[in-house]
Amino acid sequence: MKELTIEAKTENLDEVLEFIDDILSEYDCSMKLQMQIDVAVEEIFVNIAHYAYDPGTGDAVITADVSGDPSCLTVTFADSGVPYNPLAKEDPDVTLNVEDRQIGGLGIFMVKKSMDGVEYEHKDGKNVLTIKKALV
Amino acid sequence: MLNISKEKNGKACTYFLEGRLDTTTAPQLEGDIKESISDVNSLVMDLAKLEYISSAGLRVLLSAQKTMNKQGSMVVRNVRDEVNEIFDVTGFADILTIE
Repeated sequence: MKELTIEAKTENLDEVLEFIDDILSEYDCSMKLQMQIDVAVEEIFVNIAHYAYDPGTGDAVITADVSGDPSCLTVTFADSGVPYNPLAKEDPDVTLNVEDRQIGGLGIFMVKKSMDGVEYEHKDGKNVLTIKKALV
Repeated sequence: MLNISKEKNGKACTYFLEGRLDTTTAPQLEGDIKESISDVNSLVMDLAKLEYISSAGLRVLLSAQKTMNKQGSMVVRNVRDEVNEIFDVTGFADILTIE
């Protein structure tokens, strides 16, 4: 299991993605799979950066592990910010026309759609979001 | 990392995007589009070399589409499979004109 503690700000997104992609590089991931995972990690990390500590700043602790057969990636994101369950938000209507379309909520919707599992818990004063994705 | 290049010919403008359109790079494209398309009635986004898009990138495309609906048309072309998958999941495949 690998762990990264990093200040939750969007400028650090590249470092977070490098941390994940380093782990994925040991596995034979398709471009599509790699992108799904990167998008999920980006959307979750950016959410924390934008909202968890607003208007201040704080850390996000990200752990990543690959286990099982077939291999499954598990990534957890923990922050000590405002308690917030992003999964409780209603899914955006993706059938609306251009003028009525809203982007809010689309990021988390993409995470739900592309990952095999997404779970939230509030534990020891922390928001903990866990995503799982089979590396096949 | 996102490389933006464009060809402007009268009221027609084509953007060629290369790399990643994410939270970090989307503002760069948004600013460029705002400055460049006020007098454009035909906008083409060529995504042949775009490897990655997140919701921040979708936001910029949606905003460009809304602007072009008022003053002309916008076409997205040469979309890679991985990016197209994102368009499908988010319903963007239905609101963009993809060639």
